[in-house]
This record gives sequence, C-alpha cells and structure tokens, in this order.
Amino acid sequence: MKTCLVVDDSRVIRKVARKIIEELEFNCVEAADGSEALEACRKQMPDAVLLDWNMPVMNGLDFVKALRREEGGDTPVVVFCTTENDMAHITEALRAGADEYVMKPFDGDIIESKFQQTGLIRAS
Amino acid sequence: MISTDDIKFVAEQAYKRSGLVLSTDKGYLLESRLAPLARAEGFPSIDALIAAAKRDPNDRILWQITEALATHETFFFRDNTPFDLFKQEILPVLSRARGNSGSIRIWCAACSSGQEPYSLAMMLEEERARIGNLRFEIIATDMAPRVLEKAKAGVYSQFEVQRGLAIQRLVQHFEQQGDQWRIKPNIRAMVNFQKQNLLENFSNLGSFDVIFCRNVLIYFDADTKKRVLARLASQTAQDGYLIMGAAETVVGLSQDYSPVEGRRGLYGRAGAAKSAAA
Repeated sequence: MKTCLVVDDSRVIRKVARKIIEELEFNCVEAADGSEALEACRKQMPDAVLLDWNMPVMNGLDFVKALRREEGGDTPVVVFCTTENDMAHITEALRAGADEYVMKPFDGDIIESKFQQTGLIRAS
Repeated sequence: MISTDDIKFVAEQAYKRSGLVLSTDKGYLLESRLAPLARAEGFPSIDALIAAAKRDPNDRILWQITEALATHETFFFRDNTPFDLFKQEILPVLSRARGNSGSIRIWCAACSSGQEPYSLAMMLEEERARIGNLRFEIIATDMAPRVLEKAKAGVYSQFEVQRGLAIQRLVQHFEQQGDQWRIKPNIRAMVNFQKQNLLENFSNLGSFDVIFCRNVLIYFDADTKKRVLARLASQTAQDGYLIMGAAETVVGLSQDYSPVEGRRGLYGRAGAAKSAAA
C-alpha cells in the first residue's frame, strides 16, 4: 500500500484529507508543519505528500525545497493544497519542486484527479 | 409535485426538440432541473413555468426547459483515454495521410461548456513542434446557447480548472482573472463554436477527420441513435474516426462504423480496415 504524508497545521483539514486519501487506498501519515514532515520523511519516504503552504515553524515552500535536497527526496510526489490560489504562488511552488497544486477549498474529486494526473493512482 | 400529465408533456416536448429521452418516473430529475429555471424566469413554481410554456406561442420557454433538462456535465481531459488515443494513434496516422501541408478537421459534437475542444486545442498547441505545418480546425457545437456562451468566453471557476487539468497546463494555457481562470487567446482562437442541434441537419458543417461524440447518444432512444450515427458517418472522412464515450457502442446501431480493435470507444469507417497501431 502506498503512503501519503498529510502536512497541515489544521487538525480539521488533516482529518478531511485523511478520509479522502484513505478512500484512495493510501496509508496516511500526518504532520502539523514542515519540520515535522521532514522528520517523518527521514524516517520513511512517503509516495505522496499533500502539503499546506502557511504553517508555523517551517512552511510548505521551505519544506519542499528541503525535501528535494534530502537523499531519496526526489521521489515523493508533492501536491500543494493551500488557500494561496494565485498564479505567482503556483509558479513559485512548481519551481521549488512541487508536482501538483490544489487550491482550497478542495474535495475528493479534485484530490483524485490530481493523484491520477501525477500517476499516483490509475484512472478509473 | 409535478403532475403526471405535465411530466408527460415536458418529456414529449424535450424529446421532440433534442431527442432526450425522459421516462415518466423521472419526476425528481425534472423538479431538480426545472426549479432553478422557474426561479430565474420569475415564476412562483414549476407548475407556473410549465403552464406558461403551454401558452407561449413562440416556444421560447420550451427550448429553455429542454436546455435545462439536458446534462451538461463535462471536465477537462475527461476520461483521459480518448485524448491519449488522439495524440498517440490518430494524430500520427492522419498526419502521415494528410502530409505536411494538409489540414485536419475535428468536430466536438455536444461540447457543452467547451472543456473537450479546449483540451484538444491545448494538446495540439503542446504538440506544435511535432505537427509541423499541418493545419487544424476544431469545430465545437452544442444545442444549448447558455453553455455555448460560457464555452466562447472560456472562463472557468477554480473548481472547474482543478478537475482533469494538470497544474502545468493551467499555468501554461490560462490567465487568472480574480477568482476565475480564462483560457489564453491563442487556445481560444483554435476553436470555432457554433450552435447545432444533432437532430437537425448538420451537413453544412462539412466533412471531418475526427468526430468526438462522447456521452451524448446515451440520452437518445435507439432510433434516434441510428439516425444520428448514419448522418455522422456521412460526414466522416473515409479514413476518419469517431470517438464515443467509454460505455457507448455503435454495435447494433450502425453499419457505417466499425470498432478499432483493442481501442475502446474508437471507431473507423466500415471498410476502411483500421487496426490499432502496434
């Protein structure tokens, strides 16, 4: 079973995301900020990361930059999931090494669509 | 509750205008789709809307009802497979056949709010280097003026651009406009939108190399399907293709098309002997 790390400082969002991701048959791990997420990745690289932008301690952008420098850190598919929904943020995220980008509010269809796009799951 | 007589009346009128088959047990569907129309047109109830439709001498309300009853569900790169087939199979075959200076005509029949033709246009734009001087014409039609207006504007909500569209494509082919996303002028210019009801004569559209007619015929009865398929076939180039929805088939409905083996939803003209590219 593939693993997805859900990184968001909101417990409610993590819970919503977990439910969607588990329905897509992923094992779900949670982290509350970028620094916790980086630690989790060092323990075990996930297949996918669903990543908020604005978080305390370490934000999503700094996390993805740091992750891509880690050994094996180029493998996870990183999908931003944030209220930052303008072109400038999107291009900045892609340049930093993100693979996909979800603009909140999101739902199961959008996550599924983005996971298909990046090859994490097969098209139904 | 709409009366059984009114359901029957509306179903008959919608069928006459669009071929849409509504069985009389679909009262709930009628209510959910007609309530917004009744509100928008200032009627106190669906009953009042239908009563006005019966009195309306120029049919305007009945056309609006028909439009409201049709399904306009669509999204970018819906089902993926047809677009992969188009790029990997159809495009190479047709560009060989048409040569460098030729042109390829594509028709998206029942294009709704434009996501299908724009998906093709984006793809062709991305393939430009490989395509050479081959010219493309994309005609996209729908019978419903409301969705065609949206298609022509090419402006989509945040929700719509997140279904099926890769983020790189959003960045490359769209411009942000407040909380909406507008398709860029170069992609917009590749698609020619026209109003066309599939029940009416469409021979003036000319002949096509590729026809996308996906998830449209499923709403028609068998006779209507046969008639539409026969007319589509007469406007498909001898070496052209028809692409239907994954759950649809021409089997038992048309002798003019035959399935391309191993390629679900893809059909060639019968007798043109197409086999899947190895």
